[in-house]
Amino acid sequence: MPLDPSMPRLHVVTGKGGTGKTTVAGALAVALAEGGNRILLVEVEGRQGLAQLFDTPPLPHVEMRLASANGGEIIGLAVDPEAAMLEYLEMFYSIKRAGSVLRKMGAIDFVTTIAPGLRDVLLTGKIKEAVTRTKAGRPVFDAVVLDAPPTGRITQFLEATNEVAGLTRFGPIHKQSIGVTSLLHSAQSVVHIVTLLEEMPVQESLDAAAELTAAGYRVGRLIVNRARPDLVAAGLLSSTGAVDAELLATGLQLAGLKGTLAPALAVQMGEYAQRQRVQDEADSTLQAAGLPMSRLPDLTPPLDLGSLFELAHTLDVGSWA
Amino acid sequence: MTRSTPAAGRTRPAPPELDIDLLLKDPEIKVIVTCGSGGVGKTTTAAALALRAAEQGRKVVVLTIDPARRLAQSLGLTELDNTPRKVPGVGGTGAGHDGGELLAMMLDMKRTFDEVVLLHTTEEKAQQIFANPFYQSLSASFAGTQEYMAMEKLSQLRDQLVEHGEWDLIVVDTPPSRSALDFLDAPQRLGRFLDGRMIRLLTAPARAGGKAYLKVVSAGFGVFTKVMTKILGNDLLGNVSAFVASLETMFGGFRERADQTYELLKAPDTAFVVVASPEPDALREASFFVERLQQEQMPLAGVVLNRLRTAPEGLSAQRAAAAAERLAELDSSEPAALLAAAALAVQVESAESAKHDQAMIVRFAAAHPEIAQRTVPALATDVHDLAGLRSIGAALAGS
Repeated sequence: MPLDPSMPRLHVVTGKGGTGKTTVAGALAVALAEGGNRILLVEVEGRQGLAQLFDTPPLPHVEMRLASANGGEIIGLAVDPEAAMLEYLEMFYSIKRAGSVLRKMGAIDFVTTIAPGLRDVLLTGKIKEAVTRTKAGRPVFDAVVLDAPPTGRITQFLEATNEVAGLTRFGPIHKQSIGVTSLLHSAQSVVHIVTLLEEMPVQESLDAAAELTAAGYRVGRLIVNRARPDLVAAGLLSSTGAVDAELLATGLQLAGLKGTLAPALAVQMGEYAQRQRVQDEADSTLQAAGLPMSRLPDLTPPLDLGSLFELAHTLDVGSWA
Repeated sequence: MTRSTPAAGRTRPAPPELDIDLLLKDPEIKVIVTCGSGGVGKTTTAAALALRAAEQGRKVVVLTIDPARRLAQSLGLTELDNTPRKVPGVGGTGAGHDGGELLAMMLDMKRTFDEVVLLHTTEEKAQQIFANPFYQSLSASFAGTQEYMAMEKLSQLRDQLVEHGEWDLIVVDTPPSRSALDFLDAPQRLGRFLDGRMIRLLTAPARAGGKAYLKVVSAGFGVFTKVMTKILGNDLLGNVSAFVASLETMFGGFRERADQTYELLKAPDTAFVVVASPEPDALREASFFVERLQQEQMPLAGVVLNRLRTAPEGLSAQRAAAAAERLAELDSSEPAALLAAAALAVQVESAESAKHDQAMIVRFAAAHPEIAQRTVPALATDVHDLAGLRSIGAALAGS
């Protein structure tokens, strides 16, 4: 199925550390690829998370096919700031072999590690290049999915170009920054936030959503990852939330088990119900933000390509427009 | 205690247990650093350790970085505040207290940087530096600044400990970096940069006064400056140059400073507690970190395997699932049957999660048999108050 032309072409996926944003970015790429689309999946943090997710050798700084999905394909790219910088120098200034001089001077260190403002400019610049790249008048990629820095750093990451544009009022970096900034702020780009149904990730997600909106970025969806299933209906518990262990013992015997298991299972069930309530509260807090939401199940590890397809189907991107 | 491996039934010696109370009570230990990747419960662990130490009679200051709102509230912290403040409801002099005290603070990165500048220069000069656009973005957003400032704050707190004895234990949380190693590496990277060759080049115009600069640069430098000017534009170069020049006159030796703090982390009165959750990514990070500490001969107290999901023993996921099926065949709407069906569904889910988590920590233990470890079960709810922190502290201590 070709993608709706009104859909954004750059999907930025962020989330608090540990929420599984790389997995979600992978699932989103699979979902978008299905039906014949060419999707570029990009990582920028040098963690080789994509290689682990798709079970391939570490990705070099070139585009590599990661998987195919019902006629579509997913191309992976791990952007390396140093390579992006040299590429950038060649592209804009025809400066070749500048690498060794710059390295000797500590300039590469400076640009790629010390000054993330500049590093982020290079990374977002590379992403812009991929989004806008055309061949024979057609975009090379139908969409680009970015496994982006975590919520704590995402606005800063996207704003880097703006900030550098402010630091340098003229010059090529300034010009480049403006191009990237306008793409990131356009209807072509959208930021999705991955969260768990726990207090801190939810709080951080909402903070990030507010921050991104204030800075003029479009927040797409809140994607709840690893939601535990609702297994304990409220009616099964007493008014104080306790489980009747004697009644449970009778039930276990009906199932052919020893009633002596009941006390331990009752305690566990009570705790599970409590977690469920925490989850439900977190879910309502998220809903109050008024953003569209997707919910993904907690799959049993280890995740493989099959799990990604399962998650991709649950995402149901067809209904996102 | 021995643990059998599921594969061959062989037994391996289990790693030693991390004895938290022994660590907290040891008067020789002055600094505890908690580290690990994001989302593993590092900040909560730091707060729980600090509270437990305080309630065992120590005067503790805990430096948190970016805590969850409710955790911050439970410590009485309402805003970014670079001053340690007493946590209400801890210690005291009445019965049952033994003189312990807990102070807490949240790192304010920018203010810490400003303090460093103010400490070393005149008010007038400082204002110039504060107004420099490059300084503004360096102090607010540059990678490594948070780590650098955490280290800086740690050494300030340590100086206060040595000079005034306002506290006798410092517990430090580490910034939520991409990699736990950043805490060790970022400050030196920043120090190296601010002290390095490139900075000298960039500051040459300011030091030599414009035109003279051109005379001193060699051909190689010529290419370099041409490229840098092209990339950065003249404005930024000028700002960086002015900024560094003003810093240099007041306290050169950024690298020296970073190196000193780094050396302090090797001191025998410091203890690292590495925190990980039973997830592949978090454990991989923990392994990297542990190996690095060993390489650098930094004092590792042990690893906390946090948020371990558990399930009652005696009923495997498979048996629970089979029993649930039998129950479903009865098609009973008796309350007892409905209740048991839900309990079995919970057991299937929990036993599977518990098995996964257990397998993860067994694997970690096998890879690091010599490192003291402690598993901490997952709690049903988030921590909102001191009582919650106390129960985590107790779990950390294994009681």
